[in-house]
Amino acid sequence: MRYLARRLGLLLLTGWAALTVNFVLPRLMPGDPIQVMFARFQGRLNPAAANALKIAFGLKTNQSIFAQYFTYLGHTLTGRLGFSLTYFPEKVTTLIGQALPWTLGLVGFATVVAFIVGTAMGALAAWHRGSALDSIMVPTGVMLSAMPVFWIGLLVLYVFAFKLGWFPVGGGATGGQGLASVSGFGAIISHAALPAITLTAVSLGGYIILMRNTTITVLNDDFVKFARAKGLPDRVVASRYAARNAILPNFTSFALALGFVVAGAIFIEYVFDYPGIAYLLYQAVTSLDYPLMQGIFLVIVLGVLIANFLADLLYVLLDPRIRVEARS
Amino acid sequence: MRALLHNRRALAGAGILVFFSLVAIFAPEIAPYSPNDINFVPMLGVSAKHLLGTTPQGQDVFSQLVYGSRDSLEVGAITATVISLIQLVMGVFSGYVGGWVDAVLSSITNIFLVLPGLVLLIVITSYATNKSLGVIIGVLAITGWAWGARVLRSQAIALRDRPFIEAARMSGERPWHIAVFNIVPNMFGILVANFFGAALYAVLAEAGLNFLGLGNVNEVSWGTMLYWAQSANAMLLGQWIYLLVPGLCILALGTGFGLLNFAVDEVADPRLRRNEPAPAKATVAPSLGLVGPPGELVDEGAGLSPGRG
Repeated sequence: MRYLARRLGLLLLTGWAALTVNFVLPRLMPGDPIQVMFARFQGRLNPAAANALKIAFGLKTNQSIFAQYFTYLGHTLTGRLGFSLTYFPEKVTTLIGQALPWTLGLVGFATVVAFIVGTAMGALAAWHRGSALDSIMVPTGVMLSAMPVFWIGLLVLYVFAFKLGWFPVGGGATGGQGLASVSGFGAIISHAALPAITLTAVSLGGYIILMRNTTITVLNDDFVKFARAKGLPDRVVASRYAARNAILPNFTSFALALGFVVAGAIFIEYVFDYPGIAYLLYQAVTSLDYPLMQGIFLVIVLGVLIANFLADLLYVLLDPRIRVEARS
Repeated sequence: MRALLHNRRALAGAGILVFFSLVAIFAPEIAPYSPNDINFVPMLGVSAKHLLGTTPQGQDVFSQLVYGSRDSLEVGAITATVISLIQLVMGVFSGYVGGWVDAVLSSITNIFLVLPGLVLLIVITSYATNKSLGVIIGVLAITGWAWGARVLRSQAIALRDRPFIEAARMSGERPWHIAVFNIVPNMFGILVANFFGAALYAVLAEAGLNFLGLGNVNEVSWGTMLYWAQSANAMLLGQWIYLLVPGLCILALGTGFGLLNFAVDEVADPRLRRNEPAPAKATVAPSLGLVGPPGELVDEGAGLSPGRG
């Protein structure tokens, strides 16, 4: 359990760091971004809201910076993220709540599918190392990880939605159908197809390369040689011996891979006008809606932290050595 | 080094890099017009006078493309240098010194590793009222160093207990002397691989920021070209070349950095090489004629580039 306790500690530490970054950045940055924001929304807020905002950003208060910090921590931890400026009087939490399911679907699908497909492709390339397959797979992996997501997204949108008309051009779902109805569900799938496939494709690269390299390393290990010498069929050696061990580093680098997918999702949602949280983030950033931006930042970080922790839990299940170390 | 010269991927990557460097250096000679010249007929198609047409603002697309290579190369090279330095200091200190220094530094590294880089990047740039190249590079460096530092740290830990380091310690060398002259040279391969990984990250992330219009939109770069193309609906107006070529250039340069990252990693890690058993001469740093015997290295997946952050 020491392993899990350490991971939990990291989760809390990172969560605190993110909260603090959110508090410190607007107060620290040169050029006084908060004043710029107020100038922009001058007269569009009612006095009570403007006052609340000034207190939140430490402008109109005789509290010390530490007192402000603890007030901020208290508010955030109890879910009081304030009001959006562009969508006033909508609460930040309401807006995030509406956008979040879209992003969870997109990112969740891409993460899981890219992991499975990319890992399989990498293992295959390593097993047939030096073959034509391998020499195609490596440059493919490298090119996929060098792919500007926004650009490929635009091309995909142009070809498959605009020119060929196979998919809708953008948005989450057309018409007023409820999410529960069959046609509503169909619309959601047809709108999600292009963004999800594109995001999955560009997320493959890292997994292909990592899995290929770790598998090659494992294939040289003595226990694999011994398994072969015992006369076990290739299929068993490849799956139960090589892949079973090579897959572990994919979990330790999960944080990196997830960062990759999240970054991709930001561009994908922007390009496809997908009504998720990253699209909302973009709108908040371009309209200087700092309360909304801060809220989204925290929610994304929280989501990433939880996903990482789940990956750590899976890792414990997959690697018996961790469990042994934990018991002793 | 010699192994790299026989590596097809390394050669391809280096070729791409040399090509774009030459384009950037000789941009004034190659480009027919100034990239900021807006005195042409807007939205022209491909012609002998305008190889890739003109933009909706009346600039020559080809000239913009040529000059745009400067921005990406500059950002890639400078950011990767800064990131490498941070990684080196954090990784070596953390791994070699150990104890509470390690506990503090690797906690910081882990925090930065888990925080989604691009989101942090967007948040910081949105507060920044001054979006000069220096600011952008600084923010890219802050968000992109963590993974490499972790790889270097585990490498430093592996080296710390090796006999030749032990010997240096026994013979009374001062710790910083051992770190600089014995540890660092033996991480050279990983450092170089990480450098190219960081350059890939920087080029992609900067182009992405510019595309979203969060950088300086008046600077000529591939990312801003895409931003203007997108905001003018270039594709729907039949100006698809304007959208196609900057992205292709980003992809090509990124692939160049990615191939070099992969190839150096492959050469530096003897277990990934094709013709094993590896000749002792060709292992990581010792092949460069530096201190320390060759030997196996701890692998923590240095092959995966630090990603889009």
